[in-house]
Amino acid sequence: MNLFANFDAETLARIQFAFTVSFHIIFPAFSIGLASFLAVLNGLWLWRKDKVYLNLFNYWKKIFAVGFAMGVVSGIVMSYQFGTNWSVFSDTAGPVIGPLMAYEVMTAFFLEAGFLGIMLFGRERVGPGLHMMATAMVALGTLISATWILSVNSWMQTPAGFDINELGQFIPVDWWSIVFNPSFPYRLTHMVLAAYLTTAFVVAGVAAWHLLRRNRTAEVTRMFSMAMWMAVLVTPLQIVAGDLHGLNTLEHQPQKVMAMEGHFDSHPEGAPLILFGIPNEDEKRVDYAIEIPKLSSLILKHDPNAPLDGLDTIPDDEEPPVAIVFYSFRIMLVIGFAMLSVALWSLVQRVRGRLNEDRCLHRTSVLLAPSGFVAVLAGWVTTEVGRQPYTVYGLMRTSDSLSQVDAPSVATSLIAFIIVFFAVFGAGTFYMLRLMGKPPVEGIQKSHKPIEISILAEAA
Amino acid sequence: MLELSTIWAGIIAFAVLTYVILDGFDLGIGILFPFAKTDKDRDVMMNSVTPVWDGNETWLVMGGGGLFAVFPLAYSVVMPAIYLPVIVMLLALVFRGVAFEYRWRTVRARWFWDVAFHGGSTLAAFCQGIALGALVQGIPVEDRLYAGGQWDWLTPFSILTGVALVIGYALLGATWLNMKTKGELQRQMRSFARPLMLMTLALIGLVSLLTPFQDPIYLIRWFSWPGVVFSVLVPAIVAVVAWILDRSLREKRDYQPFFCAIALFVVCFIGIGISFYPYMLPPSLTIAEAAAPDSSLAFALVGAVVLLPAILAYTAYTYWVFRGKIDPEESYH
Repeated sequence: MNLFANFDAETLARIQFAFTVSFHIIFPAFSIGLASFLAVLNGLWLWRKDKVYLNLFNYWKKIFAVGFAMGVVSGIVMSYQFGTNWSVFSDTAGPVIGPLMAYEVMTAFFLEAGFLGIMLFGRERVGPGLHMMATAMVALGTLISATWILSVNSWMQTPAGFDINELGQFIPVDWWSIVFNPSFPYRLTHMVLAAYLTTAFVVAGVAAWHLLRRNRTAEVTRMFSMAMWMAVLVTPLQIVAGDLHGLNTLEHQPQKVMAMEGHFDSHPEGAPLILFGIPNEDEKRVDYAIEIPKLSSLILKHDPNAPLDGLDTIPDDEEPPVAIVFYSFRIMLVIGFAMLSVALWSLVQRVRGRLNEDRCLHRTSVLLAPSGFVAVLAGWVTTEVGRQPYTVYGLMRTSDSLSQVDAPSVATSLIAFIIVFFAVFGAGTFYMLRLMGKPPVEGIQKSHKPIEISILAEAA
Repeated sequence: MLELSTIWAGIIAFAVLTYVILDGFDLGIGILFPFAKTDKDRDVMMNSVTPVWDGNETWLVMGGGGLFAVFPLAYSVVMPAIYLPVIVMLLALVFRGVAFEYRWRTVRARWFWDVAFHGGSTLAAFCQGIALGALVQGIPVEDRLYAGGQWDWLTPFSILTGVALVIGYALLGATWLNMKTKGELQRQMRSFARPLMLMTLALIGLVSLLTPFQDPIYLIRWFSWPGVVFSVLVPAIVAVVAWILDRSLREKRDYQPFFCAIALFVVCFIGIGISFYPYMLPPSLTIAEAAAPDSSLAFALVGAVVLLPAILAYTAYTYWVFRGKIDPEESYH
């Protein structure tokens, strides 16, 4: 506890929320994509009757089950984080965002949890048709869940359709404008594509690992090919979606874009694009900046000479921290363009018929396997730190959102969360990696009886 | 005309009761886990809930999320009031939740996840009981904020309700396993059910006797007209249910003991409802005071009316798909 002795309750509560939500987002980012992948695999198996798809389904389903369990338990923690540390926020914004979260539970969580059992264990009991439906319902549930929670988050970033009552609470006036608030469609698209890309690169990485280990089965080459098609199709879409999301942010949250760009100063005659540098918040400048003149104005305003305001136009107490946002945005971009390069590279090798031969491509794919998670986290850090110092943008400050809890309680629970999450989810990640380390082989799980024995044998 | 807030209080109460029953028996299995004689028995115990535990736990999110949605004031006052029990419960649920998957993924560390499953289940149940006790004791509110201390929840009474819930969940777990298993494991669980029932009854009695002294409003509620009717009725129903439960155990029935144990929980839950109404958090907040504006309640109610019956239907379907005794030779993993 001495570690956190110098922090106040607000800082500790912010660290705790950032920590628990960052851990949590990793699992949905994976399960949204994987649930859709499993539905596609199962559909292809039923349609084409090609055993390879069934084997792939059974292989990824076990990994999905471990990831999903981690997503469920870290999600339960999240549903209580609002009340424990941010109770004033809950009371004030609850009338608007609470019902959206209730809809998430009722339309998504129950759907996923209700059909998960049948999807994982019920194929023989319900027959192929109902099993396919259950699998599709789980995939649909993950997407519905993303829709509601991103609507909530977007409302906090770009609030709309509300009024403020005499108690200072946000009161819903127009639910349509609340749900479809200005940043929601962009954020949702960007996040769902991110989840699909993250999964595609995990699948590609696992396949590439087995190709490098010379486990060149039909299953391995099939999943490598599928993942790389996904990368080819989705990466360009994601770059367009990200660009549109950025323009939307410029319109509604200009401070955030100023921090992302590192624009401390206004540029009346066209702003440069700072490729890299070291933001110096004390001196309000970017040190060692490598920049391209006028490119930022060209990207953001589609005119190289368009004027762009900088943080000098914003009062100091309304500015987000610049350095974190500046760096995390660049991490996300670098990964995005690395993914695009690999996608194009794979396309070239596919055309040349060398998709399964290019070991350099395989090594790069293994390297990029976890990159989607890093990009997702970096993107969320950009958008969440970038909207500080507010919880409800422009209206409710983070410092006014806190519970009446004392610092030692928050510090104790924070330490407990850190220890437990690293231990539990570390173990889970280890088990997932071990499952991924085994090649998908013909005949595994023909019937579900001897599996436990085979796992025992493999582990022994 | 019924107030929207009253309807919603009923829905939240229903969600919490559903949670208590459904997760009650699967936490109960965790509580009974170390008493299993063989590893095989533990496999069977866990497999009896593997396909449904996710859904069971979702009702806890519904309770918390629903409270946040329609009673944001109650949610924002309760959570800081029972801060530590809630945090400990969440962490305990993390451990026991992942154990469902992890214990099948390792041989060397299986014992660890078995301990985690048992410890997590027991601790989660205990914390839920403590939270209940803290609510019954009363939560002071001033200016829409929790006005008590960090440790107010910790009293002999809340410890007692904590223990009571652990034992009660174990009873649900034992009768569930009596229904879902066969052979030696079923015999063992049936033999546990009777002492667990007696302990549960004793604890229900003790908690009921102490409750009126936690706050004068309970005393008035239970010992003045028309509350006094319930003071006779509720214990009478408990006695009848207990008698049927005891007989069904002696007759070695499969299904009846489990549903009797559920009935015990339902009756106790109604008793708590009688104590609380019209308060959400006695003695500080009534249901109407804690509620969000009607526009929030109405918007969420439209969804609840359509979706909750659908949820109940497909949840029932899942239980139907995995009905019957667990085949010890069949593994899900």
